[in-house]
Amino acid sequence: MSTISLAARDSATMLRRDVRHSLQAPAMLVSGMLVPIIFLLLFAGVFGHALTAGLGAGAGTSYITFLAPGILVMTAGFAAEGTAINVCNDMAQGIIDRFRTMAIARSSVLTGQVTGSLIRTMISGVVVIGVALLLGFRPTAGPAEWIAAAGMFALLTLALTWLTVAFGLLANTPAGANSLALIPAILPFVSSAFIPTAAMSGPVRWFAQNQPFTPVIDTLRGLLTGTGIGDSAIIAIAWCAGLTVAAYFWARALYNRRPAA
Amino acid sequence: MTTNLAASTARPAIAATGLRKSYGDHLVLDGIDLNVAEGTVFALLGPNGSGKTTTVRILSTLLAADAGTVTVAGHDVRTQAQEVRAAIGVTGQFSAVDNLLTGRQNLLLMADLYHLDKAGGRRRAGELLGRFDLTEAAGKLAATYSGGMRRRLDLAMTLVGDVRVIFLDEPTTGLDPRGRRAMWQIIRDLVGRGVTILLTTQDLAEADQLADRIGLLETGKIVAEGTPAELKRRIPGGHIRLQFADQAGLASAALALGDSSRDEEALTLQVPYDGSVRSLRTLLSRLDDRAVPAGGLSVHTPDLDDVFLALTGHAHAGMETSR
Repeated sequence: MSTISLAARDSATMLRRDVRHSLQAPAMLVSGMLVPIIFLLLFAGVFGHALTAGLGAGAGTSYITFLAPGILVMTAGFAAEGTAINVCNDMAQGIIDRFRTMAIARSSVLTGQVTGSLIRTMISGVVVIGVALLLGFRPTAGPAEWIAAAGMFALLTLALTWLTVAFGLLANTPAGANSLALIPAILPFVSSAFIPTAAMSGPVRWFAQNQPFTPVIDTLRGLLTGTGIGDSAIIAIAWCAGLTVAAYFWARALYNRRPAA
Repeated sequence: MTTNLAASTARPAIAATGLRKSYGDHLVLDGIDLNVAEGTVFALLGPNGSGKTTTVRILSTLLAADAGTVTVAGHDVRTQAQEVRAAIGVTGQFSAVDNLLTGRQNLLLMADLYHLDKAGGRRRAGELLGRFDLTEAAGKLAATYSGGMRRRLDLAMTLVGDVRVIFLDEPTTGLDPRGRRAMWQIIRDLVGRGVTILLTTQDLAEADQLADRIGLLETGKIVAEGTPAELKRRIPGGHIRLQFADQAGLASAALALGDSSRDEEALTLQVPYDGSVRSLRTLLSRLDDRAVPAGGLSVHTPDLDDVFLALTGHAHAGMETSR
């Protein structure tokens, strides 16, 4: 068998292991989607009216329709946080050393974890969209737009997952992994998730407009609700691809460096 | 594969020369040479911190040495790590099982990673569960296993593949006497199948029981090496400790027995003893001849501390604290 197909086979084995872990401890999956759902309820239900007024230009759309794509992106952020803790816990298990002494594709452990996280996050995304629909989210997307949106979401998740896998490898304790992984969970707050960046002031606006989450949110919002996308899609894809490649090599280097002690 | 095997029979299963490793200023391995013949058991005997685990980690491709060369199963660990990995199994000091999987799932995971087909993997898992007395617990999470069960599962996982060299880092540490005996028997069975084993231990009796050759490791150096019989010949066969009621008794006994060391405080006398009935009888009759009243007598067989004292001329580091 070629190296590539062996790597694919080992990665599939590691994915099965990761899925078994999820089934063993489903709390992780549930808690990952619980936070975005609470945010949906909170922002749409509690602050919805006040914030709709602030939308100005989008007077025709309800706030939940504006908000849902943003919360979808946050779902990926929160799920990534879980991945970091997962990886950190897993690396503490003796079996990782065993994997290192076996003639298997080195990166398969990480690939399995990333693929597992990707699947979990996609499931969370579907559930969050479902709840948003129940709360009055009215997308205008046709099948092609839905597929494109799913692709964008997957791309973002892939980037965030590799990044948080690296965080999980970098941190020595689950608590440390958690605080590092708060970054992707918190960044969307200063983005176009809750209000248009045009409504923000000075440096905050500059930051919000130039951080990776904003173009991703704008792209998803455009695809799902028909607002303008402009060059957001290109920027979003570039951010995600760049992050994925950088985080992949970083995570791989950390994994190979690891048995330091 | 066949040619590889034929070629490697001529070579030792494990050969290391001049292994050195340090962490910052701390020197862990100070030039270690090892030569383990195929199908034999080699025990690295040494106290905590002597470098046993570091040696195993280097030999099993987990850690790169600062200097020295290592071949395992005929392959260089530095340049042919994957070939080495295909030939070895490692059971570490901290069990390398997946806690969130059941015993059977752990074995099936290994079967997948060793690229066995589905039916072959199931058969192998079932076989190993039976052989290691885990059939009943096969469906339970490894996290719920006792220490002995974890070690057995750990070793069973190592054996899913077709391994030729097995590293066992302190395989019986933390096991109760029954678990320890079971592990010893498992190790003996493995050797019977032609596998080469390198194990580490702090226990002289364990090395004596299992190993064809023993390397005594102290602060990163092999200070003595040989068969258990060779090493024991160099160790005085333990000692007898005699307890006395007063100084007078102690003094006259010391006079009667000659070569001995006395402890004035505790009123004890320590006499070298080779373990034979004859020398015990000689000792007692010498005491009788001079009518020395000995209050008590205890026999000490040599332990790791004695080995170190005899072979290195000094106590090993950490010995004082372990007493």
